[in-house]
Amino acid sequence: MTTVSEPDALSWYEATARQRVAAFLDAGSFEEFVGPSERAMSPHLTLFDLPRAFDDGIVVGRGRLDGRPVSIAAQEGRFMGGAFGEVHGAKLVGLLRAALDAKPAAVLILFDTGGVRLQEANAGETAIAETMRAIVDVRGAGVPVIGLIGGRAGAFGGGGLIAATCSRLAVSEGGRISVSGPEVIETNKGAEEFDSRDRALVWRTMGGKHRRLIGGADAYAEDTVSAFRRAALALIDAAPPFDLATLEAEQERLERRVARFGDCRDATEIWARLGVNDPDAVPAMTTDTFDETVARIPEASHDAR
Amino acid sequence: MESLTFRHTTTTPSPGSTPRAITGVVASGNLEVLLERVLAPDACEVTIETPVRGYGDVWEAVVADFVARGPAGGLRISINDGGARPDAVALRLAQGARLMEA
Amino acid sequence: MPDKQTLQAILASLFPDGHAVSVADGLVTGHGPLGETRATVIGIDDDTPLGVEGALALAGHVLDAIRTGDGTPILVLVDSDSQRMSRRDELLGLHECLAHLAKTLLLADRSGHPTLGLIYGHSAAGAFIATALATRVLVAVPGANPSVMDLPSVARVTKLPLETLQEMARTTPVFAPGLDNMVATGAVHAVLDPDMPLAGQVRDLLARLPKGDERDRLGRERGGRPVADGIAGRVVEQARGAGAR
Repeated sequence: MTTVSEPDALSWYEATARQRVAAFLDAGSFEEFVGPSERAMSPHLTLFDLPRAFDDGIVVGRGRLDGRPVSIAAQEGRFMGGAFGEVHGAKLVGLLRAALDAKPAAVLILFDTGGVRLQEANAGETAIAETMRAIVDVRGAGVPVIGLIGGRAGAFGGGGLIAATCSRLAVSEGGRISVSGPEVIETNKGAEEFDSRDRALVWRTMGGKHRRLIGGADAYAEDTVSAFRRAALALIDAAPPFDLATLEAEQERLERRVARFGDCRDATEIWARLGVNDPDAVPAMTTDTFDETVARIPEASHDAR
Repeated sequence: MESLTFRHTTTTPSPGSTPRAITGVVASGNLEVLLERVLAPDACEVTIETPVRGYGDVWEAVVADFVARGPAGGLRISINDGGARPDAVALRLAQGARLMEA
Repeated sequence: MPDKQTLQAILASLFPDGHAVSVADGLVTGHGPLGETRATVIGIDDDTPLGVEGALALAGHVLDAIRTGDGTPILVLVDSDSQRMSRRDELLGLHECLAHLAKTLLLADRSGHPTLGLIYGHSAAGAFIATALATRVLVAVPGANPSVMDLPSVARVTKLPLETLQEMARTTPVFAPGLDNMVATGAVHAVLDPDMPLAGQVRDLLARLPKGDERDRLGRERGGRPVADGIAGRVVEQARGAGAR
């Protein structure tokens, strides 16, 4: 177990949700809401003879980030794939509603989710919709909502939609964002459409680097807690307001993207058209090289979302 | 799901005053252990929820071994098991006990 | 289960004096008179999957309505499939496009253009979230069939036999598809009376819109989500109460 005193060494991907929160926030500043001692567990998993978690796979609370008060939620991707169940979703919705009163410097959502928990599908799906509405309320009150994506479950399904509702997003190489997952596309449309076992294809299509290059994420972080912390601090001060002007800019940005790249078959074609010199080299690029590449791509950085 | 509870009398209380700690994750081959300093200093209770039935004897032995090593007095320990092997259980219990001493 | 109503029947019942709503490629757009006011209408018809183009087209119409600033309501009529499942849609950022559509509806709702969803057919997963579930109030007519994932697919993913899931679905509304379950969960506020004109029922709803998000409270009252409302409330209480440690 890595201690708070060495945040630079802690891999975001390998860490648990609790370890991320403890290392991410200012040391000792975290105060948890509805923590594991309260045993707010799923009322549904026992029907499926599945083990429950004391926190239903999400840690919510508040703390300080560089001295600034923040609300924070961190999903545990190893528990039921970090998926949204009734309690899990309600904790996130409650945190967002609380932020309307408290007006912290930011709400941070540390995503690590496969989407809706099928055993509680209707509860999970509704909670996702409630979360999106609550995020918009928080953004509308002038509080940035910053999403961080770099865990093993990524931000899939409804999690991908919630991520795209945030003010700003930071992503690492390992973080994937998508609506339909590779297996679901393959099951429904065949391996020709998407070979889910082709890991390189998965990462080119849904991975952090692709999302950063086309402007689907606003910052790219190395796989460390300290890198995500630096990225989050910068993004808090760069969050666009939630208003008509921002959404009109977003409409234009997304329409332009579809018009420019709608006939591309693979991400490398998109990267080439974006102006990346050696698109095939992108997956293997180090963070420094990738950052330099991103800096030269206009589409990657924008004021919308 | 199978529920198991083991109550022990202990010789040494868990030192310090850390009120609670949690370690581990509920996942395949893993488990989460919640420790709470809520019992009398000479008592330790371990409750387990597990989807793998029929291993009561093994759990009993692992728990007894942990309590004997100590110090576990005063601790109520609650486990959500994801199908962990005995060595993983022993490791998490030991981790948990150390966290309570911090 | 009752038959799905057609879009034309829905529109005729919403706008008995005529309307200017049309469908192209499964996308519904237009407007119609509603009492003293005029409703903007968007939606999806014919169980059509929702992809990047469709989401952006509908979002554009919502932005047009917001730009007028005239406070008119927006109706979202839904008979959709799930999100369109393709490599291309994911490559182009389908999650951003679907979220954008939801955001435009949420912005409209905050900007004096109340949003009302009406599901008359199917809807699932990401399409359901981006359209019907993004409105302030979602109602249905009998014959609607909202879902997260169909049971055979759930069986495949969870590795449980379909028959087992069907049996379990009899004891809880929390996971299986269907209108009754979505009503119990609180996602669908009400099922309208198909034998009464929709126009009057919709006008009544628009006159009594809730201020906030009531879905978790409804889920508790109806038993579909027994604990969500309380848990969210507890988080809010604890955030309000305790000072920093």
